[in-house]
Amino acid sequence: MPTDHSVGQGPARVAFYNDPKIRSIIYQVALCAAVAFLVYGAATNAIENLRRAHIASGFGFWDTTAGFAISQTLISYSADVSTYGRAFWVGLLNTLLVAGIGIVLATILGFIVGISRLSKNWLLAKVATGYVETIRNIPLLLQLLFWYNAVLKSLPAMRESIVIPGGAYLNNRGLFLPEPVFLSGFDAVVAAIIVGVAGAIGFAIWARKRQERTGQRAPVFWVVLALIVGLPLIVLALRGFPLKFNYPQAGRFNISGGIEVLPEFAALLFGLSIYTAAFIAEVVRAGILAVSSGQIEAAYSLGLRPRPTLRLIVVPQAMRVIIPPLTSQYLNLIKNSTLAVAIGYPDLVQVFTGTVLNQTGQAVEVVAVTMLVYLTMSLVTSLLMNIYNRRVALVER
Amino acid sequence: MKRIACIIALAIIFAAQSASAQTLKAVKERGILNCGANGTLAGFGLPDAQGKWTGLDVDVCRAIAAAIFNDPNKVKFVPLSAKDRFTALQSGEVDVLSRNTTWTSSRDTSLGLNFTGVDYYDGQGFMVRKALKVNSALELNGASVCVQQGTTTELNLADFFRAHKMQLKSVTFATANEAIKSYDAGRCDAYTTDASGLYAERLRLANPDDHIILPEIISKEPLGPVVRHGDDQWFDIVKWVLFAMINAEELGITQKNVGDMMKSSNPAIKRFVGTEGNYGEQLGLTKDWAVRIVKAVGNYGEAFERNVGKGSPLKIDRGLNKLWNQGGIQYAPPIR
Repeated sequence: MPTDHSVGQGPARVAFYNDPKIRSIIYQVALCAAVAFLVYGAATNAIENLRRAHIASGFGFWDTTAGFAISQTLISYSADVSTYGRAFWVGLLNTLLVAGIGIVLATILGFIVGISRLSKNWLLAKVATGYVETIRNIPLLLQLLFWYNAVLKSLPAMRESIVIPGGAYLNNRGLFLPEPVFLSGFDAVVAAIIVGVAGAIGFAIWARKRQERTGQRAPVFWVVLALIVGLPLIVLALRGFPLKFNYPQAGRFNISGGIEVLPEFAALLFGLSIYTAAFIAEVVRAGILAVSSGQIEAAYSLGLRPRPTLRLIVVPQAMRVIIPPLTSQYLNLIKNSTLAVAIGYPDLVQVFTGTVLNQTGQAVEVVAVTMLVYLTMSLVTSLLMNIYNRRVALVER
Repeated sequence: MKRIACIIALAIIFAAQSASAQTLKAVKERGILNCGANGTLAGFGLPDAQGKWTGLDVDVCRAIAAAIFNDPNKVKFVPLSAKDRFTALQSGEVDVLSRNTTWTSSRDTSLGLNFTGVDYYDGQGFMVRKALKVNSALELNGASVCVQQGTTTELNLADFFRAHKMQLKSVTFATANEAIKSYDAGRCDAYTTDASGLYAERLRLANPDDHIILPEIISKEPLGPVVRHGDDQWFDIVKWVLFAMINAEELGITQKNVGDMMKSSNPAIKRFVGTEGNYGEQLGLTKDWAVRIVKAVGNYGEAFERNVGKGSPLKIDRGLNKLWNQGGIQYAPPIR
């Protein structure tokens, strides 16, 4: 038998192309070469085609005056002097704003609905189930159009604005809030807030250590409230309230001044948060159900009431299951924010891949930059969530 | 929208080498002309319930198809939004773009395009609600204006408000459809686009009579067909198809009498219908190329009146678009 021959003669000799190690190297080199060739071919072909058609290329447009207006700008922007590059940053910040607030709202709403679905209260559980099943089965674009039209159609025209006590107005052009203007002396209040927050964190840590050591509980909630809210208020009063408000004023066509929340922004934020919350609710429910019921029974037999059981026993263990799929939902929300184009919210895609691409005609550069931006945003989100995941993951020995 | 842009960008990257030259040969081999059109603008480019496209810009494409194939129906119309239209042309998805597109220097140069002529001299205007009691665009300080993105309109709007030191709150939408719907819902005080478009869009509002078009025309908007750089023969064909329509009107050749004109002894008409000279062959077409055009869509005046003038719901006055010898500025070089 062949095996008998090889005994005592070292490893069997095989042709080099049959060696699994060498073979895998050859395959990888071939794959890399194929990908590199594809990229090279695409790049040279694109450059050649652009050159032959005399289409401008490169990023020379970045510093050219844009000349178009944008409805929501978080940084100063004006059509006369701002460049296409500035328009890019305006669009990017608008995307980050709606995605950031959307993630926070979707998480809060998703956790509430997810936990409600498991509630013993029959009505609450059924309402949560109905919410999840309705929202996640209707396409997001339709929901955005619904919210946009609901916002526009149900609110009154500018002249019949709803006046909210405190100087705010609501109409179909948006929500107009008084804008706080900080006068000199307000920095003391800012300092008080920083001191208050730092003190509150320190007190909470001290109280927890003391409880672990002695079992005595401190009135953490009231002390934290006093430090974070009370201290700045006292300083504000001592300084003679160095704060005034810039109230919105009704003009001939529009309300100007103050903080303006556009209906496009509101519709996109509602749509994204409500849609994503339905998926997060399911992730949360799955995470909670994944915690073995023995854990809950053990907590009850130690005398813990349902709320502390949920907070101290169930949620920390459920987080291990929740975090990875939650990351996917955050990434979905960021990418779904590009549906802003449908309702006229000036996000990155609307401003940059829309107007800037069209006015400059440089599709390759603009689309490449946009894809790079979304890739970066998604990777950073994944990175942060992975760091958090490592903190809550089960430490195994 | 992002996906469309990506696909088009990829199409540019991988576009075949032959895409830019020899368009006529490619169109003949394909047996059909790909024409980028509006798709939502009555009078210029709009399919009806049966899917039959009509409009002035659409007729230019039908005329090109007639000149090549002797069949005005050998056209595939590709509806394009303002922001996707140039990439669709650059990437070769359409052979010609005839979609109320304004001729500007940067589009003619750095976008890699060639404008072949002007089929409609337009200018930008504003539409407002009558209830606002605004009589002039100069009273619009602080107004919200709905506008379609990726247009010269968007830039002119910002320019106009800047030049008159007025506050502008523009709300930008990807398509004219969304922009006009939001204006109708009360999101904006005014809607702006080319004046011809205002007349067309007003018909789509819930109560067209509640809206007026302000008298100011704030820009020059010469609208015309566009082709890619790099194929002079194709550029000449598209250019001369439109010139043929305008020349036909000047020579008094109509859809009805074009058959009789074959027997005419007027040398200019003989050159036009191809009974004298070989002007069609010089373009790479046939002797009767211009006759085919007039038989298919009529002369420029007929196409104008049928689509946007007296024969249409828009009832737009010909104004600047009258022939040069009738008080307008439509003028075509002679065929000879």
